[in-house]
Amino acid sequence: MARVLTYEEKDTAIHRLCGVTKLIAFLAWSVTSMMTYDTRILAVMFVLSLVLYRLSKTKWSQVGPIFKFILFFLCINLIAIFFFSPGQGTKIYGTDTPLFHVVGPYVMNAEQLFYEFNVLLKYMTVVPAIFMFIVTTNPSEFAASLNRVGISYKIGYSIAIALRYIPDVQDDFNQIKNAQAARGIEMSKKATFGSRIKNTAAIMFPLVFSGMDRIDVVSNAMELRGFGKKKKRTWYMGKKLEKADYAVIAVSLLFMVIALGITYADGNRFYNPFV
Amino acid sequence: MKLKFGIKEVVAAGIGTALFVALTEVQIPLGFIPNTALQPRAALLAFLAAVFGPIVGGIVGLLGHALGDAFFYGSIWWSWVFPEAVFGIVVGLFANKFAVKEGEFSGKNIVLFNVVQVIANAVAWIVVAPVLDIVIYAEPANKVFLQGVWAFVGNIIIAGILGSLLGYAYTKISGKSSSLAKED
Amino acid sequence: MEPIIEFKNFTFKYRTQVEPTLFDINLKIFPGEKVLIVGPSGSGKSTLAHCINGLVPFSYSGDISGEYYVGGKDPRKLDIFALSQMVGTVLQDTDGQFIGLTVAEDIAFALENDAVPREELLKKVDDVAKTVFVDEFLDHAPYALSGGQKQRVSMAGVLVDDVDILLFDEPLANLDPATGKKAIALIDEIQKNQGKTIVIIEHRLEDALYKDVDRIIVVGEGRIVADMTPDELLSKDILQQQGIREPLYVTALKHAGCEILPEKKPGHLETMDLSSYKEKVKTWFESVSLPEAALAEEAVLSVKNLNFSYLKDRPVLKDINFEIKRGEMSAIVGKNGAGKSTLSNLICGFLQPNSGEILLNGKDISPLSIKERGEKIGLVMQNPNQMISKPMIFDEVALGLSVRGVPEEEIKERVNETLKICGLYPYRKWPVNALSFGQKKRVTIASILVMNPEILILDEPTAGQDYRHYTEIMEFLKYLNEEKGITILMITHDMHLMLEYTNRAIVIADGELICDNSPAYVLSNEEISDRAYLKKTSLFDLAKCCEISEPQAFVERFIYYDREVRHG
Repeated sequence: MARVLTYEEKDTAIHRLCGVTKLIAFLAWSVTSMMTYDTRILAVMFVLSLVLYRLSKTKWSQVGPIFKFILFFLCINLIAIFFFSPGQGTKIYGTDTPLFHVVGPYVMNAEQLFYEFNVLLKYMTVVPAIFMFIVTTNPSEFAASLNRVGISYKIGYSIAIALRYIPDVQDDFNQIKNAQAARGIEMSKKATFGSRIKNTAAIMFPLVFSGMDRIDVVSNAMELRGFGKKKKRTWYMGKKLEKADYAVIAVSLLFMVIALGITYADGNRFYNPFV
Repeated sequence: MKLKFGIKEVVAAGIGTALFVALTEVQIPLGFIPNTALQPRAALLAFLAAVFGPIVGGIVGLLGHALGDAFFYGSIWWSWVFPEAVFGIVVGLFANKFAVKEGEFSGKNIVLFNVVQVIANAVAWIVVAPVLDIVIYAEPANKVFLQGVWAFVGNIIIAGILGSLLGYAYTKISGKSSSLAKED
Repeated sequence: MEPIIEFKNFTFKYRTQVEPTLFDINLKIFPGEKVLIVGPSGSGKSTLAHCINGLVPFSYSGDISGEYYVGGKDPRKLDIFALSQMVGTVLQDTDGQFIGLTVAEDIAFALENDAVPREELLKKVDDVAKTVFVDEFLDHAPYALSGGQKQRVSMAGVLVDDVDILLFDEPLANLDPATGKKAIALIDEIQKNQGKTIVIIEHRLEDALYKDVDRIIVVGEGRIVADMTPDELLSKDILQQQGIREPLYVTALKHAGCEILPEKKPGHLETMDLSSYKEKVKTWFESVSLPEAALAEEAVLSVKNLNFSYLKDRPVLKDINFEIKRGEMSAIVGKNGAGKSTLSNLICGFLQPNSGEILLNGKDISPLSIKERGEKIGLVMQNPNQMISKPMIFDEVALGLSVRGVPEEEIKERVNETLKICGLYPYRKWPVNALSFGQKKRVTIASILVMNPEILILDEPTAGQDYRHYTEIMEFLKYLNEEKGITILMITHDMHLMLEYTNRAIVIADGELICDNSPAYVLSNEEISDRAYLKKTSLFDLAKCCEISEPQAFVERFIYYDREVRHG
């Protein structure tokens, strides 16, 4: 697990917020970023996320490798959009201002470039938000806080169990992979498609079946310790919402409303500099 | 329909998600087209939904995809997270019919499982995913539908082969045993 | 006094089974008592435990006849939650029991479910954590803990609910001997300080008896075959009849022709009256002579100056050197986390050493891939479920050959031959689910053997097995070693296994090889045993008590003699 984001304990204003506050803010932020194509708003959001990044004292080493990886995929996506639909910009903005010839019938125009810039910007506003959310939110506190916003504690607990067992399952996975490799079952690139499926099965099946055994053991253990006894439960890691939490929730919802208001003021989610 | 969400289902959703996330790493490259790979985790989701029903299927799809994306790729493509949940729910609706836990997953049940998984994959990847891509990201329709069809093909292959095998092997390896005769 | 647990003519049959698992059980356990329930696998002792904690009939349904009461109430009229307020269960599988993301949350789990207000919860968790000494680790995640720590957390998790009865389901199964001893001591302390009723289910009798118990209940084939004090039980032959291993010093005394009497207090060696036995033991010791051991000379595996670390400055293995001779059966021992598994991972090529080399038949194996090493050095994992991926036994055993492109005919021949060696041939067309745990273990061993490895490495081959299955698995390995000439290396913390079946023990502690000698030597040496979290064998203490000048020789002669007696 070299390339994986994880929570890191730090003492910053962002870390101190409740998980649920961060979840609401994150969802409001994501919805805004999904809905809007208004370049001005996206630009503001992008700047804001850089500010938040600084505030959370996140180190580049925590997120850098993954960020580069995402950037790579984004570029592929942007290139794909151009080759699939070089006229998408014109379709959206209504004008056609050719800039330069790319290859064959493909011509890049200003509208397409601007549209793709907006796509990039959109991702650039969401990606840091996810980074922030994961590296600043304690998973247990998060599960607890889901319950606070009315989501059944059973679902909250499913999430807690998932997070609790990911390292164990990953351990199992590596052990099984090694033991099978010693038997000659490898995930090599040279093999034929059929044997790749077979080899995957030889690693995946024991993993899944031991997972099924584990489901029985864990549910017995939980039952013996009274899980599901009452309609409500309390949480060791639960936090009360503080003033700061309410403030953050209010501000992020307000931001969403204003941003979407501005976006749709002209009846269209796109900001059009071409007319 | 298995609409119960008791302790076993809570745990199955949690550990199922952990398995799904761990399997995110496993990809089977197709070989003949570069940079494309089948995702065995789709077979796992089909299996779990077939055993535990639509609620577990939906949660594992949603949470597993979101967490897997977030942990490994640092970003969540919501337009591809929801279809995963849709797939889990649709397959899970028929959980009682498959009878995997009862050890009767063979013959007719496997055929039914495959009919259901093909339909579920079609709904998820040819309908829901591209529509969400267009609504959320305003991406070009032809691109997202091609991507959707591509995902559909990959997932029906993987769920069809690995998913069916997984269900079958489970009933034979961990399921109930019946009386058997030794052979000399 | 009213019993806190009572069974009257109690019979239970699982819904999925034809025959009852428990027959006509009559049993009373009184408040504050400490009771040990022993019995081989499949005897029904776990089912009895499930009846007490409510898993039967609430999770595993079936038919009950007769009466039973827990805390004076009929469990059938309660639910599992009400029972969980009276009976706290500590499961054998601490990984499964440990549900929380951190120690504190796990301890708090039962209180959370009871919707105890958070302030009260924090305080209670702190208090309980102190009683079992895990207060320093409250914010640690489960994977950062040792097996013993996990178990203490599990205990805290049930103690926090202030239950009257504590039920321990094979508490020693996953612990190294020294940690197991501490666990038993802690259970004893909890009983004495808090007046709880303690029920321990365990088949490692000698270890469980480290502290006093009031009574031992022996379950065999669904019935209670004995219910008496340890002193009485050890004076009878019930344990051997049921296939439960009695304490080694008791076996030794019996070999010496001593008649064990309850009034001599055989429950603990330290307090046992040995005065009338001493002479007999001495005479027996002098009468047994060991045959000359034939020494193998040719090294098949050599490890030289091996170093490994995941992080700089935090070495996991430091300068390890040893040789395994052809045809040996030896053990790598040490506490959990000492570096034993790392060592086998290095040998199999799953990890690469920082420096040093590993030689197979004198040749450096570092250029070989995992797959190539796998053809010469076979690894069998602890849990067979982690290896088996094929529904049919034949296919599972054939897998390693078919991925290597061996022709169909040859596969068939080699697989059938291997299945015959492993006693699995009659079952070759069976699905895996029809096999017992021991048979599954054989399937995984067969699936490695079929590739004709020179060395077989087994990780905890007998973990969690009762005496009968332990013997079955180990005798099979011994047969492979003696008749088929396969060199066997086992990673274990089972002291009986190393004493009875190996001729060498390589002891690893804190990443260093601290001893490479005979098992009898290792288990007679206090300093080495302590560092490796092993326990000195009671045979050594017996020899000392009987004033035998060569206690180590006593241990060796006992092992030899015991084998001869058991195998005629």
